[in-house]
Amino acid sequence: MIRLKKLAVVLLAAVLTFSGCAGAGASAGTSASAAPATATPAQPTSIKIALGSEPDNLDPMLSAATDTSSVMMNVFEGLLGFNTKGEFIPAIAESYTISQDELTYTFTIKQGIQFHDGKSCTAQDVKYTYDKLAGLDGGTPLNTTLSQELEKVECPDDYTAVLTLKNKDAGFLSKATISIVEKDYEQNSTQPIGTGPYKFAEYVKGQKLVLEKNDTYNTITDRKPTIDRVEFEIMTDENAKLMALKSGDLDIAGVSSTNVPALKDEFTIVQGPQNMVQVFALNNKVKPLDDVRVRQAICYAIDKDEIINVVSGGNGAKVESFLSPSMATYYNDKLNAYTLNLDKAKELLADAGYANGFDLTIKVPSNYQMHIDTAQVIKDELAKIGINVNIELVEWAQWLDGVYTNRDYEATIIGHSGKLDPQDFLNRFSSTYAKNYFNFSDADYDALIEKAASTADQAARADYYKQCQQLLVDKAASVFIQDPYINFAVAKRVEGLKIYPVTFFNLCDLTVVA
Amino acid sequence: MKNKSGKSKNLAAGAVLLGILLLVLLVSFAYLPYDPNVMDTGAIFQPPSAAHLLGTDNFGRDILSRVMQGSQAAFLVGASSVGIGLTVGLLLGAVAGYAGGAVDEVIMRIIDAQMAFPGVILALVFITVFGTGTLNTAIALGITSIPRFCRVTRAGFLQLKTMDYVKAARSRGAGPMRLMALHILPNMVSPLLVTMSLGFASAILSEAGLSYLGLGIQPPSPSWGMMLYEAQAYLLTYPWYAVIPGCMITLMVLGFNLLGDGLRDLTDAKAR
Amino acid sequence: MKTAFFVLKKLGAALATLFLISVLTFCVFQILPGNPAHIILGVDADPLQVEALSKEMGLNLPLQQRYINWVVGLFSGDLGNSLRYQTPVAQLIADSLPVTVSLTAMALLITVVLVVPLSVYLAKNNNRALPTAISALLQLGVAVPSFWLSILLVLIFAVNLRWLPSGDFVPFTTSVTGALRSLVLPAVAISVGTTAVVIRYLKNTLLDQMGMDYVRTARSKGLAQNEVLYRHVLKNALLPTVTILGMIVVEVLGGSIIVENVFNLPGIGRLIITGVGNRDFPLVQGLVFYLAFTVVVINFLVELLYSAIDPRIRVR
Repeated sequence: MIRLKKLAVVLLAAVLTFSGCAGAGASAGTSASAAPATATPAQPTSIKIALGSEPDNLDPMLSAATDTSSVMMNVFEGLLGFNTKGEFIPAIAESYTISQDELTYTFTIKQGIQFHDGKSCTAQDVKYTYDKLAGLDGGTPLNTTLSQELEKVECPDDYTAVLTLKNKDAGFLSKATISIVEKDYEQNSTQPIGTGPYKFAEYVKGQKLVLEKNDTYNTITDRKPTIDRVEFEIMTDENAKLMALKSGDLDIAGVSSTNVPALKDEFTIVQGPQNMVQVFALNNKVKPLDDVRVRQAICYAIDKDEIINVVSGGNGAKVESFLSPSMATYYNDKLNAYTLNLDKAKELLADAGYANGFDLTIKVPSNYQMHIDTAQVIKDELAKIGINVNIELVEWAQWLDGVYTNRDYEATIIGHSGKLDPQDFLNRFSSTYAKNYFNFSDADYDALIEKAASTADQAARADYYKQCQQLLVDKAASVFIQDPYINFAVAKRVEGLKIYPVTFFNLCDLTVVA
Repeated sequence: MKNKSGKSKNLAAGAVLLGILLLVLLVSFAYLPYDPNVMDTGAIFQPPSAAHLLGTDNFGRDILSRVMQGSQAAFLVGASSVGIGLTVGLLLGAVAGYAGGAVDEVIMRIIDAQMAFPGVILALVFITVFGTGTLNTAIALGITSIPRFCRVTRAGFLQLKTMDYVKAARSRGAGPMRLMALHILPNMVSPLLVTMSLGFASAILSEAGLSYLGLGIQPPSPSWGMMLYEAQAYLLTYPWYAVIPGCMITLMVLGFNLLGDGLRDLTDAKAR
Repeated sequence: MKTAFFVLKKLGAALATLFLISVLTFCVFQILPGNPAHIILGVDADPLQVEALSKEMGLNLPLQQRYINWVVGLFSGDLGNSLRYQTPVAQLIADSLPVTVSLTAMALLITVVLVVPLSVYLAKNNNRALPTAISALLQLGVAVPSFWLSILLVLIFAVNLRWLPSGDFVPFTTSVTGALRSLVLPAVAISVGTTAVVIRYLKNTLLDQMGMDYVRTARSKGLAQNEVLYRHVLKNALLPTVTILGMIVVEVLGGSIIVENVFNLPGIGRLIITGVGNRDFPLVQGLVFYLAFTVVVINFLVELLYSAIDPRIRVR
């Protein structure tokens, strides 16, 4: 039995680390007044946080939106949690072991954890959760990976859960962060019940989602909820957020980089990479983009620094391949990448038979101003090598349908947000992936992904993923632009906000100062 | 006419405003200080200066040039949406008003139904399905303006077809086409002009509204609505950016409203 | 007898319009491409989740069948379930109705409060400097795009002066005054345009009336100008103004769609935009039909009212 703390060291290599975040966090508005925290009987504290979109579903099994999970991870917890560096930490499971053949994961459940309705959390709840997600209970599976990989879940006793896999998956631990739900409780969509530091209080559709402090919380010992009530105001409009911040109606809001300068005096700005890759996606199957030389020419012609400066006000980390630098363990920082070279670009175009350029239509989702702005810069840049860009704004639903699902497009711009496992990113380019809308298909790449997924050796796994990244560059699969920083404006009365590699408002980090 | 001078003031003010805007439009075809779409990312958000009279935007593009070229989109969207609304509305209204009876009932019920349907939503759906762009925006706004033209035409026809001179013409054996074209339509020019003028104004406002919902005219080609929408993201940092496109929209809408009001007052006065 | 026939005829027309609206509403939204399940879950969804949700939403029936189901539901007062929120559409409408109704009511109230005194003032003092300036200002109000005006109002009154909240809506259940306070700015933003239109209309009607023979007669009989104005002219001018009420309500409701979005107000207008974006067909159909229904009913009532005021209208 390996104790988890010891394992953490070993895992460090295996787990992505989140560089820059802790450092970039909190310019910490120099609380010079240094008011000593007197032990006055605390007034009930409450704060308001802007939530950028309507929750998709409060039931973690049916939810996929990052905005939703960023809130609901305070209500639900997994066997494992993660810290700001993306390292796994014990949560519902206080420890675990992996068998020699790497097919059996045995989790020891911490005793004394209670769901918000007072019931104890046991291995039965773990089994129920995983069975349901993998379709082992006879129902429709809800999670592709689990349905393919999970053989069975057993509970030798109430505090031991044994998960057996069909085949090796070095990234399986990231699946141990999946939210555990209470056995046979079916009302999580309307009245979610978890084990987390905050309890669900109220959801007013289109308006707000309210959480309240769980006083008996004891799962993760160094996380303690201090704020009594947290209201997540559903606000989709950037200006509405700004105005609400400015008029004191909001305490925390994610804002666009362009507004940071206007807020930085009055608010603490917490910013850092968000483990996202903004990609100028090229459809590898349409003419003339099916010619690797044409794609390379585009790569040579695009000035990413200019995009980051103009569109994100400099608040973004340049990327060269389809992985954010915030996934430090897997990120290939020695990539042989493209540098701005218009002559080379023109040469490549001429080789491919497009000396006079061609017309290219970029379909941009109309609800993302950042991508629309990026498209305008790209239009300007590609004009220099004779490519005439036509920007077409497409409504989001239609983008999902036409571009993402039916792959009916030439080029588009979108951001893919990260998970804890690099496989979730890089697998998007494997030819078998259902949503490989890039239409990228490369046998070598597929083989690398396959090997990475099944290898035991974490170092080898990282190496495979690094090779994947270089391959995407060599084949100019698309243009990978930046990891745009996430920017939070935080009222001075609230302290402690931290950024996680997966969007997560960890309310336990926050305190209200007088 | 005691209040005549006040009324012609509207007309004059509207004409002057639109005259200025037309001048901007004409100049924009012949001369622009800079290429409105070329970026200079080293010179973003320059305040107004001798080189850039109205400053530069978030891409370092010259705002004056963009505003000037934006007048083309404004007039194009306004004119074509009015054109579409007028053509279809006139046709339906004339048929309904002239034929009367069941035909009138059917047409008017359809028009009523469309009128009760929120115009923004109709335009939104149209653009979502057929895509964004100057032409599609104009068509969408044209469709939403059909009811108003139809109603004005119908009302005019209902009134005019009972007039003695029309009856006389009919008794002399004039066919319905001839009657409509030679005897009724010429007398409807002024109410239609008023409606066109107001329709132009509302098309400009609607275009701005659609831009706010992210479905305006294709970037980077400048439209005032799109510029205003882009500018509002920088409201706290560079408020002056939003002033110019906002003013242009306001001036144009004001111009057409005043022109419409002035025209109406003029015909009202004549009728009296 | 004649009146009964007229009312029946108008009622028939209103019902026919409603039928056409139901067809229009249904068709318009059916042609929108996009899978609601996919939109809700987004780019990061597991394909299996999307599949499970699509199945649950039951979008597999043929078109006519869905239309019939929907209309049958309409008649029994059942607007179906929202795909996005998994709640009955009627419930969602009921939840957001108080916001839109009070917003509309407040906008109309502002309009009425401003219209009568201003119109009378403008009519009495036609062509002087100050009234001309007021008219110009009103014209300017109509010409400013509503979302732009909304943002300016927020900047001035919420951010700089901090007199009013910026759009963080306080539900009526929490605080009635709080709710009303949060509606002031949006109501002003909506009513500026309509106020100007109505004032123009009423002022012109007043001027027309003042030029009429009965006014001259009354004046020649020695009645004071103000007395004539308030007792006769205003009354006669207000009645036709009522007839444009239908148009005003349509404008206010239409205006609320954009303004509610700017102010983040949880009303019908914002629900519609969210619904369209999410391809929540039952929700959008229900909402649009509901709005259109309101407009038709109001127009019907206005026509009856108008015919009561001016029986000649029935000839047509």
